[in-house]
Amino acid sequence: MSSIYLDHAATTPMLDCAIDAMTTALSKLGNPSSLHTPGRSVRKDIEEAREVIGREVGSLASEIIFTGSGTEANNIALKGLFWKRRTEGRNVVLISAIEHHAIIDPAQWLATHEKAEVIEIPVTVDGVIDCAFVEDFLSKRGDEVALIAVMHSNNETGVLQPILELVKLAGDIPVHCDAVQSFGKVPLSFSELGLTSLTLSAHKIGGPLGIGALVLKRGIEIPALLHGGGQEREIRSGTLNTPSIVAFATAIASHQYQSDAVTQLRDYFISNVHKLLPDAILNGAKSTRLPGIVNFTFPGTQSDTLLLLMDGANVSCSTGSACSAGVHEASHVLLAMGHTEKTAQSSLRFSLGASTTQADIDFALSVLPDVIARGRAANLS
Amino acid sequence: MKLIAAMSGGVDSAVAAARAVEAGHEVIGVHLALSANPQKYRSGARGCCTIEDSHDARRAADVIGIPFYIWDMAEEFHDGVVEDFLSEYAQGRTPNPCLRCNEKIKFAAVLDRARAMGFDGVVTGHYARTEITPDGKTLHRAMDISKDQSYVLSVLTVEQIAGAIFPLGDTTKVDIRKEAAERGLAVAEKPDSHDICFVPSGDNAGWLRDRLGSEIGPIVDQSGTKIGEHNGAYTYTIGQRKGLGLTVPTADGSPRFVLKIEPVSNTVVVGSREELAITSMKGERPVWCGPAVSATPTRGFVQIRAHGQALACTYSYDGTLLHATLDEALLGLATGQAMVIYDGDRVVGSATICETN
Repeated sequence: MSSIYLDHAATTPMLDCAIDAMTTALSKLGNPSSLHTPGRSVRKDIEEAREVIGREVGSLASEIIFTGSGTEANNIALKGLFWKRRTEGRNVVLISAIEHHAIIDPAQWLATHEKAEVIEIPVTVDGVIDCAFVEDFLSKRGDEVALIAVMHSNNETGVLQPILELVKLAGDIPVHCDAVQSFGKVPLSFSELGLTSLTLSAHKIGGPLGIGALVLKRGIEIPALLHGGGQEREIRSGTLNTPSIVAFATAIASHQYQSDAVTQLRDYFISNVHKLLPDAILNGAKSTRLPGIVNFTFPGTQSDTLLLLMDGANVSCSTGSACSAGVHEASHVLLAMGHTEKTAQSSLRFSLGASTTQADIDFALSVLPDVIARGRAANLS
Repeated sequence: MKLIAAMSGGVDSAVAAARAVEAGHEVIGVHLALSANPQKYRSGARGCCTIEDSHDARRAADVIGIPFYIWDMAEEFHDGVVEDFLSEYAQGRTPNPCLRCNEKIKFAAVLDRARAMGFDGVVTGHYARTEITPDGKTLHRAMDISKDQSYVLSVLTVEQIAGAIFPLGDTTKVDIRKEAAERGLAVAEKPDSHDICFVPSGDNAGWLRDRLGSEIGPIVDQSGTKIGEHNGAYTYTIGQRKGLGLTVPTADGSPRFVLKIEPVSNTVVVGSREELAITSMKGERPVWCGPAVSATPTRGFVQIRAHGQALACTYSYDGTLLHATLDEALLGLATGQAMVIYDGDRVVGSATICETN
């Protein structure tokens, strides 16, 4: 049998319409930077895609900078904004404790190589950043802060973050927001949030792998990471990937993700897990969360064992956290929410997508109790 | 059967997994991460703890066509093998960490976990054989005697042997490499790992010195007369002749050997070749790989090193200690080593040497 896929937060199937758009674009000749007719023709496709994505994210088309991934967009924003603001004597990078590694690691890199001081914003037990901490910190050291980066929603727990409130607190300090998980799933408007920059990724919404975007406020100039042909406001040189960009726009414009339906399935899953396994703990239960992400702690188990057993039972899910050489580590997100190493390593993330069905959820529920029982028995340490 | 194949990233475990699949078993490949920071114990690609090795194991699993996972056994490995290795040396004994790893990790932590998860056993690339006999499943030497690893498996109980599958026991290493190449496994030509996997550079003495310190102490002869100095007693092994740096020669110019290491007084005792000779040994904490040894003296063989010779002996068990009396005297035997009893090519059991005479 084919496996039940509940790891849509990692990547989600490419939509048929996006595959069609990409396939068509792949046979179309032209470098969008060329001035002749074929060049202008693919340039037109890109600019139309840019407008579509701008509309969907509430930004100007000219604010969209295409990148090779969400990670790249985050790196450009963090390093670029830091370098820009450092010349004004600010070297503090304020990030939340639950950021994706694509934010944490560039921030740490800035600390190691560029003398940045990285300050982590703590989160509550429900996984929401502590705005009082931000307010207090800014009142004391606000003039030292180069930038603030907080994700729109967390990739492991799905917990939404108070970005609007944060931007208000930040005042003139640029705020970057990694919205890779939120885009296309919950209302998101770059201009309404008042952000300086925002990260998007195509493969989380049914577009292709290898294409992302940085939304960067008009008029903000930051140093580039890649230098070359001067594409994308000279911030991201490199021949534009027309087929992927076109497919990205097609995917987001198709609006195939039905938030209400996904939320309903998610809640059905959660309530049944609670019935089947009364000691399971839903992480971020009290917070507003994304429709598709569910993170449970199953006391007395080890995530990597559970993952193997779920995989063996034809259900694909995730431990939700980073791997180093494939070795499962306790999630920094769950640790920041007050978990111990042990309980953090007893957690699984299930993420639902546009294509998830009731039958998928019922199947996952049918195998889960046995997997948890075996996982408990195998947890000998 | 449903089996877990422990895949180190080397050629042997890859072929073992492939053979288990071919035999019709449902196999899942598992690489044991033995250090939370894979570069911590060793750099380079010779050991079993590197990122490259886990990558090689994953590729082998892909080629064989089996699921693959990494199990983090770093804590168990550190506590059960590395710490044991250090504490044994600190007590003046010479441990064998591979044996400890089989006893505590591969056929304990891994096998127990596998069984609890619904698997029937663990497949490894060890060169050893098992046979089904009226007495149950027994452990035997590999056909390729030069590669035989039954010594380091002699710590397995009957229960553990029941869950152990060694598909390579009937083949030579040369043929395993050929078979790996035929199967399209990229690890076919990967060099064998030799020294201790968690000791970088293979410099055991240096590694021990870094962790246990290097306190200068006396080297004395049998009468207690100081004839030299050392910088860390545990870096010596019984029978060692070279590198003693003694300035006082013996009367007849004959060489001296390390006879004894006394960790409490940090003293190394040296003496003549004759004084090194032993004819009997006792071992504690015995493990039987089949029926228990009785008090009745029995003829057999004892082996005291992983690739040492099988020495003819008479052995018995007094209820606490395993005794072996050698037909011919042996030079240089350290406590802490395992004494493994063989009946022909069958492994009878093993114990940790605690006394020699």
